[in-house]
Amino acid sequence: MRKVAIIGIGQTPVREHWDYPIRYLGVQALLAAMQDARVDTIGGLFVGNMLSGALSEQEHLGALIADYAGFSGIEAVKVEAACASGAAAMRMALMAVASGRMEVAAAIGVEKLTEYSGKFSTAALATAADADYEASIGLSFAAINALMMRRYMHEYKVNKEDFAIFPIIAHANAVHNPNAMFHHTINREDYARAKMIADPINLMDSSPIADGAAAVIIVPMDKIKKYAGKAVRVAACELATDTVGLDSREDALLLKGVQKSASKALKIAGIEAKQIQLMELHDAFSIMSVLSLENSGFCQPGRALFAANDGKYSIDGEMPVCTFGGLKGRGHPVGASGLYQIVEAVQQVRGDAPAPIQVEDVEWAMAQNIGGSGATVITTILNRINE
Amino acid sequence: MDIPRYWRLREQRYKLQGNVCAECKAYNFPPRPVCLQCKSKNMQPYQFKGNGTIYSYSTVYQAPDAFNKQVPYLVALIDLDEGPRITARLTDILDNKIEIGMPVEMVIRKIYEDGDNGPIQYGYMFRPLLKKKE
Ligand SMILES: [Zn+2]
Repeated sequence: MRKVAIIGIGQTPVREHWDYPIRYLGVQALLAAMQDARVDTIGGLFVGNMLSGALSEQEHLGALIADYAGFSGIEAVKVEAACASGAAAMRMALMAVASGRMEVAAAIGVEKLTEYSGKFSTAALATAADADYEASIGLSFAAINALMMRRYMHEYKVNKEDFAIFPIIAHANAVHNPNAMFHHTINREDYARAKMIADPINLMDSSPIADGAAAVIIVPMDKIKKYAGKAVRVAACELATDTVGLDSREDALLLKGVQKSASKALKIAGIEAKQIQLMELHDAFSIMSVLSLENSGFCQPGRALFAANDGKYSIDGEMPVCTFGGLKGRGHPVGASGLYQIVEAVQQVRGDAPAPIQVEDVEWAMAQNIGGSGATVITTILNRINE
Repeated sequence: MDIPRYWRLREQRYKLQGNVCAECKAYNFPPRPVCLQCKSKNMQPYQFKGNGTIYSYSTVYQAPDAFNKQVPYLVALIDLDEGPRITARLTDILDNKIEIGMPVEMVIRKIYEDGDNGPIQYGYMFRPLLKKKE
């Protein structure tokens, strides 16, 4: 297999994009990424999306976005893996290039959620869970995460207030990301006052639904000199799965998909967890940040909240997380979030992040995209190319 | 939920019917075609007794549309005595009385009504254990 690099990135702001249909969001991100890479054709397109069929009544996004971007005729498919659809699309694009079947592949993540009633989108998002045995008896996605959070609080004797640190970090960083949905900071009082969604998960623990699209252009490493775009090496991009039903796992706090995908990614990249300088977390809910860090091996089980409250994951800490605001601050356009994470990590490695959130001298960055309550996990490691 | 789908799930919804591996005796709920423990495909139906303990729980305040009229309501993960863990609603209890580890038993309750004229769907919920185990 060939080594691959990302030579272009593109994104739309994360907003309530009432003026644009889903196809336009996808095309905007794709064309922005192609302009950044300075390429005018692509060999194939992989579109990550979860809910276009359920909400926009539009499937077949591969051909549709290829058509509207002016590339009708190329290979193009939609890739779905719930909230992990974005990084799953990138994984497919990467395999197409690594295998030698494509020279230039694009991966887009695109989602449109906000123009539908909240309850309708709540039900649609719950399709990431087990339809017969979780969603159809009344479990929202927040409720499933709440079951994990309650168990965590029970096992490690921590308080709900201890979780406030993750949304606080996310909002603090989002202030400096022009593409983020939120540009205000929050504090512990805001967290304590927040409306309960599914106890113990409140509104501040929950990432907001949003519209948006992000894209990357992927080429083989040995051809990067041919292209003008600033290249970043994809050192690893590993996908692993776990049971869809949370109840099918022996230990609800043990995310085997996270463990497998993170350990495999680190092994393939040939580095240890402590060499990772920043991590774009899948903080759909605060508890997911905690479980993602612990199961990826960045700290011992039960220690993530202590490390976070000691400053380890803040922007000036030992390993900043959610540097562009994460899902909580940047917003969570579900099937697009995985590619926003990659686009943000690429900016960090290139040194192109806005000054207040630029991590110094980044050689290694990680992004982890999680679908459902941990059933699909894709861990990506990016590496700076030293000339 | 459409009626054919609900009908298909009736053995699970009304009777907690899962299956048990004929080779290694591992229990499953919901039923699975392949044993997770030994990969055997020799699975026999098994009706769970409906007793268990609470592994985790939550009070839902913001629900999917079909359940919106019922908020707040309680959901839980329950460890069945035979082994498997099940996701279910809790009933006949206030949320400040729930504790992890509390014994519960299965009852049949109304899960939701599909509008004013649609069918009423029943299924399992769990309540605090009333009767003493023999
Ligand atoms: Zn077996």
